[in-house]
Amino acid sequence: MDPEKLTIGLTALPGAIRAWHGETYALKWDQTAQRVRDHGGFLVSLWGSDDSDRGQGCTMHVAYAASGVMACLSLPLGPHRTYPDLSPVHPAAARMQRAVKDLLGLQAGGSLDTRPWLRHGAWAAGEAPLRKAFAIGGAGTPRSEPYAFVPVSGDGVHEIPVGPVHAGTIEPGHFRFHVVGERILRLEERLGYTHKGIEKLFETCTLDSGARLAARISGDSTVAYAWAYSMAVEGVARIEPPARAVCLRALLLERERIANHLGDLGALGNDAGFAFGLTQFSLLKEDMLRVNESLFGHRYLMDVVIPGGVRCDLRAGDIDRLRREADTLERAIAALRAIYDEHAGLQDRFIKAGIVTPELALKLGLCGLAGRASGMAWDARVDLPCRPYDELSVRAAVRHNGDVAARVNVRFDEVSESLRITRLLLDGLPGTETCTPPGQAPDHAFGVGMVEGWRGPIFIALHTGAANRIHRLHPHDPSWQNWPVLEHAVIGNIVPDFPLINKSFNLAYSGHDL
Amino acid sequence: MNEAIAIQVAKTILVVLLAPLFTGWVNQCRAWLQNRRGPGLLQPYRALRKLFHKDAIVAHRASFLFRATPYIRFGSMVLAASIIPTLVTGLPIAPAADVIALVGIFALGRVFMALAAMDIGTAFGTMGARREMLIAFLAEPALLMVFFTPALISQSTSLSTIVHTLAYQPFVIHPGLAFAALAFLMVLLAENARIPIDNPATHLELTMIHEALMLEYSARHLALMDWASNLKLLAYTTIGVALFVPWGIARAVDGSAIWVALLCLLAKLAAAGAALALLETLSAKLRIFRAPEFLAMAFLLAVLGLLTHVLLEGAA
Repeated sequence: MDPEKLTIGLTALPGAIRAWHGETYALKWDQTAQRVRDHGGFLVSLWGSDDSDRGQGCTMHVAYAASGVMACLSLPLGPHRTYPDLSPVHPAAARMQRAVKDLLGLQAGGSLDTRPWLRHGAWAAGEAPLRKAFAIGGAGTPRSEPYAFVPVSGDGVHEIPVGPVHAGTIEPGHFRFHVVGERILRLEERLGYTHKGIEKLFETCTLDSGARLAARISGDSTVAYAWAYSMAVEGVARIEPPARAVCLRALLLERERIANHLGDLGALGNDAGFAFGLTQFSLLKEDMLRVNESLFGHRYLMDVVIPGGVRCDLRAGDIDRLRREADTLERAIAALRAIYDEHAGLQDRFIKAGIVTPELALKLGLCGLAGRASGMAWDARVDLPCRPYDELSVRAAVRHNGDVAARVNVRFDEVSESLRITRLLLDGLPGTETCTPPGQAPDHAFGVGMVEGWRGPIFIALHTGAANRIHRLHPHDPSWQNWPVLEHAVIGNIVPDFPLINKSFNLAYSGHDL
Repeated sequence: MNEAIAIQVAKTILVVLLAPLFTGWVNQCRAWLQNRRGPGLLQPYRALRKLFHKDAIVAHRASFLFRATPYIRFGSMVLAASIIPTLVTGLPIAPAADVIALVGIFALGRVFMALAAMDIGTAFGTMGARREMLIAFLAEPALLMVFFTPALISQSTSLSTIVHTLAYQPFVIHPGLAFAALAFLMVLLAENARIPIDNPATHLELTMIHEALMLEYSARHLALMDWASNLKLLAYTTIGVALFVPWGIARAVDGSAIWVALLCLLAKLAAAGAALALLETLSAKLRIFRAPEFLAMAFLLAVLGLLTHVLLEGAA
């Protein structure tokens, strides 16, 4: 996808990744969507903003990405409250558009699904908490409201409602199964139970204080969110973090990826009844988290990445310690991988469970780790690299089977690749500076940040207000694209396999519900 | 006679009290095998004490059946445990039920449990009941077939007589029993909700079989259900021990022989528990639709055992 081919006036955004931005009008809105799809691009995110305090109406924004480039479009709506529906071209847009309706009251024209998505009765259907007129803290307590699940009828069809309260201590989501016997005919998700108004809260932040909030959007991806946020701020402020800082950021991001993958690999074994895997991988993960605590001051690396650089540094002894850790991890993981690969019972559960074919993945815009397991060879570290990834020649892990086994193997491959990157980074940590404070950002500017978190691309869109304040900030988790695909992945599988398939995607609740 | 009754009562109480310890032992072995420290042998007792101290909550629509089931199930497991010869053969209650009736006693507890799960009408209860019945309807015939081989050897379906014959006959190798033992082990795993058929430690409600039936139980009801499950596991293990490694069991009510029998029993249970834990650690859980294949295999092995016995020893 070449930004010039989109035939709208786009200007390059300053910042660490190749991103373009421009305004468009309603007719071009869906034409561009089609053109992006034709050129192999995919929808990254869709959001709206209320610009009434600037004397304008609301604006819709969309971000697309393809190999090597990202394009963001803004559609000023003026007095209107509708905009053209993108979901026929990019199905992933459907839920994002429903969320925009819940939060800003803007309706995708022609969209058939008018049910709420993130709204659970904490505010009335006509209200829009992201409007500037809506007071902070104006939302009430969520309460149960009727929700029209798609009914399934037929001989022997049985309905199983699961969640949002589960038998284990896990995050809340509702899953409505329609089954015949044990076989799943249809699954419908209902999310939004952890909506806490993060986007509204960002509007009270300055560019500085927003970093803390960004690091708390989704605890398991705190480095990715903090980096994406910092990238957006640095782009707007037109500064470049020191070389040492970006290398340390990459090191932290890879550590986050390894720790999460280790946790998931163990949990996947456990969900298949192989508790040995869980204890072994948990042990490795715990050791890593303790090293994080002692070297970077936080087990999950919260608040280490800040706009302008990082809040940590490594001495020579620390570097040796991390090298030794990488060697130990590599040996242990190789042994465990052999056990997983050769365990007939485990492989029987993994193989052919929850298949997403590459065709379906392409159609629905599956992205990130789950996408790479279904042949979608897109990795922001390869296809839209910021420094230092542009010099590390990262090898994306790609599989084509699209089943649980493929997602397990992508995790194993990515852990190995992350260890390789870790060593490269440790060998060549440049310079001494770790932070360049961003200073004053221009008013009413727009910036983006995107990094490959362990789940997939984490995207942050930043609209600055006056005096270094945030006018609107939209964080986007790849789970938005991947949750709907899970509904497809389980069709035809049996009910007891759902937890395993779900775990193999391991999608975010907090990062999605915001 | 009075002494025999005293022994019978003491034995039943011992088995009932010992049951959580055996579960604790299996869990502890599992923890060790997974490189974990484990909660200790006494954890099941602590869990029971905690549950007995809590206030019970019962679903609004629950009928008498739901409240009665924990007592029925616990009672049937106590009865089963008292029938199975663990220390002494020929105790007073032994003639009350033979092996076929024993299978029926296990089934009684299960049927009530499934009915109670459907009684409250939650999706999980019904799902669990359905799956439990699928497993049961395949496991019970296999269990009966397992019992027929030793029954043929001893020409009796009374468990006490079978054990007595196997333990005190002159040493003979019964190849048929080897097949029956393997089949019995598979049935034991399936009937007691162990890996690879079910996972007793899971918190994933959609994968549960046995646990799904008990999701709505709390406090003393749940305690009784858990205790009954512990008893069932111990009962199955002692059946296995009595049928396939009966040596050491006391012939009659006799002071020193009983102490020897008790020591033998504890040693055998410790070994069996460790073996069960090892087996569970090495396996992953089967897809639920593989369970019929698993149990069909158990049935096949049991039939093979019977055939082997008839072919090799039938003429004698």
